[in-house]
Amino acid sequence: MKNNKIFYFVVILIIAIFFVLLLGLKEEKNYSPQSDFKKLNSSISLKELYSGKNIFLNDLLINNELNLINIWASWCLPCKAEHPYLINLNEKFDINLIGINYKDNLENSKNFLSDLGNPYDEVLIDKDGTKSIELGAIGVPETYLINNENKIIKKFIGPLDLDDYENIINLIKK
Amino acid sequence: MKKITLIIVILLITAFHSNISFADQKKNIDHITKNLRCLICQGQSVYDSQSDFALSMKKLIRNKIKAGNTEEEIYIFLKEKYGEWIVYEPEVNKNTIFLWGLPLILFIFGGLLIIRKVTIK
Repeated sequence: MKNNKIFYFVVILIIAIFFVLLLGLKEEKNYSPQSDFKKLNSSISLKELYSGKNIFLNDLLINNELNLINIWASWCLPCKAEHPYLINLNEKFDINLIGINYKDNLENSKNFLSDLGNPYDEVLIDKDGTKSIELGAIGVPETYLINNENKIIKKFIGPLDLDDYENIINLIKK
Repeated sequence: MKKITLIIVILLITAFHSNISFADQKKNIDHITKNLRCLICQGQSVYDSQSDFALSMKKLIRNKIKAGNTEEEIYIFLKEKYGEWIVYEPEVNKNTIFLWGLPLILFIFGGLLIIRKVTIK
């Protein structure tokens, strides 16, 4: 009788473990950014692309409008693909656009902007990629939407597409 | 002559000390990066990976260690940025209690079964 109880207990335990592992298999294994609203790290300072002056990222954020931080590089092809959306955002909407140039050659990045247009209100450089890590980035391109309390309200990993563009416009109009 | 000997001794001690601290630092960076998941290269740690992300992460960790941050402080900082997923060793909380507790339960249960079998014989 007692042996039967142990047997049933073991069988139920094995079935339970099986289902827990099965549920685990269905979970997304790729990294996806956390959606909770995180305040921007105020201590990050980067050099400005043209003047070479050190600037605190926080000082560039405008309090009464949405801020968009875009991490890009001239060697990154998807950055070229999303560039027209950034140009449109800058031309048509009231949004403070800050570009962070990631692990790039300075001349190439300046040429990139002069050839394709400069959508950014300020362009900063992250020569070794460590500042982008401090922002929580995993690569280029990445775009963060920051609200008037300096909180990241949306992260776009990869190039912006039409859906993301419309998403940003909706948030600007809110 | 005495002065030259003294200078040589001081230089040797300084070089020896900086070599030791460099080796310690390297060991520390390796230890931390082995416990960090490379977020863009599946199945590799930051230590193993040569991706841009991993190289920047190694540099950031080196800077943080130089600035006096402890291993725990670095994990906390990175977990705040990237979530619990960044570390290979998950912390004990309500979501991971089963993961941590199950091996212990199975170990105790198995041990009891073996003891029972042995004592019955």
